[in-house]
Amino acid sequence: MVAILSNPARALRSALALSPLALLGGCDWVVMNPAGDVARQQADLVIVATVLMLLIIVPVMALTIWFAWHYRAANQDARYEPDWHHSTQLELVIWSAPLLIIIALGAVTWAGTHLLDPYRTIGRIDAGKAVSATVKPLEVNVVALDWKWLFIYPEQKIATVNELVLPTDRPIKFRITSSSVMNSFYAPALAGQIYAMPGMETKLHAVLNREGLYAGFSANYSGAGFSHMRFAMRGLSAQGFDQWAAGVRAESGLLDRAAYLELEKPSEQEAVRHYAAVAPDLFDAVVNLCVRPGKMCMSQMMALDARGGTGKAGGFNTAALTYDKFGREHVANVAPGALLAAEKWVKAMCADNSPTAALSQEWRAPASVSPLRGAGIARPAQSRPTDTLSLAPAALDRAAKSPLS
Amino acid sequence: MTSPDQSWSFLFGRLTLDSLPLHEPIVVATFVAVMLGGVALVGALTYFRLWGYLWKEWFTSVDHKKIGIMYMVLGLIMFLRGFADAVMMRLQQAMAFNGSEGYLNAHHYDQIFTAHGVIMIFFVAMPFVTGLMNYVVPLQIGARDVSFPFLNNFSFWMTASGAALVMASLFIGEFAQTGWLAYPPLSGIAYSPSVGVDYYIWALQIAGVGTTLSGINLIATIVKMRAPGMNLMKMPVFTWTSLCTNVLIVASFPVLTAVLALLTADRYIGTNFFTNDFGGSPMMYVNLIWIWGHPEVYILVLPVFGVFSEVTSTFCGKRLFGYTSMVYATVVITILSYVVWLHHFFTMGSGASVNSFFGITTMVISIPTGAKLFNWLFTMYRARIRFDLPMMWTVAFMLTFVIGGMTGVLLAVPPADFVLHNSLFLIAHFHNVIIGGVVFGVFAAINYWWPKAFGFRLEPFWGKVSFWCWVVGFWLAFTPLYVMGLMGVTRRMRVFDDPSLQIWFVIAAIGAGLIAIGIAAMLIQYAVSIINRDKLRDESGDPWNGRTLEWSTSSPPPAYNFAFTPVVHDLDAWADMKRMGVPRPVDGFCPIHMPRNTGAGIILAGIATVCGFALIWHIWWLALASFAALLVAAIAHTFNYRRDFHIPVETVEETESARTRQLASLQGAAA
Repeated sequence: MVAILSNPARALRSALALSPLALLGGCDWVVMNPAGDVARQQADLVIVATVLMLLIIVPVMALTIWFAWHYRAANQDARYEPDWHHSTQLELVIWSAPLLIIIALGAVTWAGTHLLDPYRTIGRIDAGKAVSATVKPLEVNVVALDWKWLFIYPEQKIATVNELVLPTDRPIKFRITSSSVMNSFYAPALAGQIYAMPGMETKLHAVLNREGLYAGFSANYSGAGFSHMRFAMRGLSAQGFDQWAAGVRAESGLLDRAAYLELEKPSEQEAVRHYAAVAPDLFDAVVNLCVRPGKMCMSQMMALDARGGTGKAGGFNTAALTYDKFGREHVANVAPGALLAAEKWVKAMCADNSPTAALSQEWRAPASVSPLRGAGIARPAQSRPTDTLSLAPAALDRAAKSPLS
Repeated sequence: MTSPDQSWSFLFGRLTLDSLPLHEPIVVATFVAVMLGGVALVGALTYFRLWGYLWKEWFTSVDHKKIGIMYMVLGLIMFLRGFADAVMMRLQQAMAFNGSEGYLNAHHYDQIFTAHGVIMIFFVAMPFVTGLMNYVVPLQIGARDVSFPFLNNFSFWMTASGAALVMASLFIGEFAQTGWLAYPPLSGIAYSPSVGVDYYIWALQIAGVGTTLSGINLIATIVKMRAPGMNLMKMPVFTWTSLCTNVLIVASFPVLTAVLALLTADRYIGTNFFTNDFGGSPMMYVNLIWIWGHPEVYILVLPVFGVFSEVTSTFCGKRLFGYTSMVYATVVITILSYVVWLHHFFTMGSGASVNSFFGITTMVISIPTGAKLFNWLFTMYRARIRFDLPMMWTVAFMLTFVIGGMTGVLLAVPPADFVLHNSLFLIAHFHNVIIGGVVFGVFAAINYWWPKAFGFRLEPFWGKVSFWCWVVGFWLAFTPLYVMGLMGVTRRMRVFDDPSLQIWFVIAAIGAGLIAIGIAAMLIQYAVSIINRDKLRDESGDPWNGRTLEWSTSSPPPAYNFAFTPVVHDLDAWADMKRMGVPRPVDGFCPIHMPRNTGAGIILAGIATVCGFALIWHIWWLALASFAALLVAAIAHTFNYRRDFHIPVETVEETESARTRQLASLQGAAA
């Protein structure tokens, strides 16, 4: 539905672009004129919804002005019926007119929300080009730090700070988390925002269609350095992107856990920084709050809990389970070696504190959007995840051998 | 913060000389100004020997009318504070370009936007609507007071106590730097270790006690104390919206209390409700606070919907169009306001089906709201509209609010929200509905009911100056924010690196300046009206040819409101009485049973303020002592048996015959 309605929307957009408001200051209405297909469709939806509502808003405003003028006390010619206070026909109109608009808008909302679900993979590069089944999206892992952005490219095995470089016309899958407080990952030119929250992973699928330099930032206030928590987003061609990645790999710098813990400390106005290599499980460790040695990963704890917990034994020494109540800088009073000796149960199961695989929550783009074109709205999720909780085999084994299970 | 001296820190907790923000010149200057003003005020009150009068006639009063007026005064004072915050933000954002840091550092600026939100919602909008309901509802339903007059006084002082704590944070310590809803983990002890969030928590908790109790009080009043004949479907619309509002208050404020209590536990005793440890989750807080937060929006706006209904039908000289559908619309909004809270965090990763559900329920609310707008519109149809100030505010509201409603529905479309959430577009939207709805409504109400409360009208010239400054200023201040939202500018920014945005912030600052002139004009309007009160005097008690019972008594009404409880036969009871020529009773008066004033409310709230302050600063001995004092004082109050008295029949006769003479001389003058 969004797709069919996008043509009138486009016409309106050009009208909007010509309006004197847009000319004033020659400003960039990036939300209405983005460079990514997802943001493009979201902007179209903004216009479609606005037009739908104007259908009723404009007459109401016109009538208000007309009635206020025509029935002013000074106009003795106007009809005056002090006891007229009910009309069933009018009541029908005033309840059903907004209802009809909302039914239309509700249908658009339902379809649009499912099609543009940030958790759903990208189904098209742009209006005219579908994503072929063989294309693997580029994965970028995003960590909101105080007050800078870390981007990890697992495929390229590189990482950057405050610089997000993306190839155009290739689906991108963001996995997003935060190290301390809530932020919101937002690059208006690319796609709508999604929160970055500690101990949680959110997802965003998007595609960038135009090369260029764009702005990105945190859209949720996160403390003193918030205003400077911005990053540059550069769109490059596929070859340009590969060259750039190769260039980064040729630089120096390793982002391992120790380097991450150093980077995680609060700082403002950080310059762009590159890492030529990244510890492979770093992002999962960040999500699971177990970067620091001695921490049990949340996924492991949840897996234990899912199996019924560890009973009283789990209460022995909870330092390894204390994640962020004392903030990011808290150094846990546990060391892996000492752990094994002192504790029999909980920590013994996570001596290596490596995160288990995260929950997979991916909804694929529908193979066909025709059901959404008014032929009845199908259940949105055409393929549901099968693995609800995948434990790393090693952790499972250890848990199975635990005398408590 | 740590004092080497143990006994010192025992005595004063975290409070040290360093807690005074002496390093912030702006705060010091404000402090000096406030102190000078305060000394002048105290001196004047003492010089004119007004303390006894204030104590006896106002502070200890259980008269709903006086409490209503005190709520309005509190709202007005806090409004000036909240607006000062707004102006500081506008200036900062207009200045902080091209590498300039503006004139506010992050520590100060972040407190300002947090305080602005908290003050405007909890200590401006809430006292305003509570004050209006307090003043008007008993009069509209023909009652002599609310159900629990002492509780009413106590509620007011608890609200004032919360306000006092927020004000204290300006000069002692700091306020929260978290945004007005204080999301954890940022508001947790790890990232906000200082007193700011504790000020926030205890100010809201103490004021929340007042709000909840006043909600209970007004529900009981409306349900139990209506005049004979006034069945639910003959209740004035303002009373209806008040009833729904108070149902919302009673059902939602406990959620706020609970969620703040959980945050308190996290901060004070190390629990893990909103950390990631041991199964806690910060998202739980977001859920809970919005389960209160969304109904709160309707708590603010429903009463002013009632105001606009009363104003429209009065100034149109016409019955309200579609009363029944107006009532049902109000009830539907009340119920639906509980199933939309998730639209405040579409962007936190809920699934598409959940988001669609909450998006569509949000849109559905616009149907009854739209119906209300049409009802006002068709009340204007075939009317004789007198454009006095209340009606001017109403038309301005109708034209402004529809735009705010439209952008609100737009934000309810989840994919649109993904691009507009937390942007200046959102800021423009909710100011559009809160200023265009609540603030305009409160101004309409003040102009409408002022003659009832004080016996003279407000002077229209300065009122009109204020009106035009406000309406034009509002659009000038917030249209740029809509535009910048579409340019991807987010909220709560202190400095900007894109110089092309500056012009928009300058326009917005000019708009804020115009609003400031509007506020000044409003204050001048009050002053001029008070000075010229004899010229503006309204003897009739019914200056607007009103339709509901409050206009049937004198202005200001006697302490007992009605010598005889009126009997209601029609929706517009007073219009009906006027039409039928129901004679005003002039004899057969009885002594009137009334509640007696008590100082218990202000004393309890005073102790609660001390207790809150002690908890904020970890002064444990004082917290314990004041909590014990609170209990003792409350129990002691239960032994106060001098709770009521009878207004002697002679006084009633005297008052009423003076009123009879007044009305007769008016008629004589008219003839």
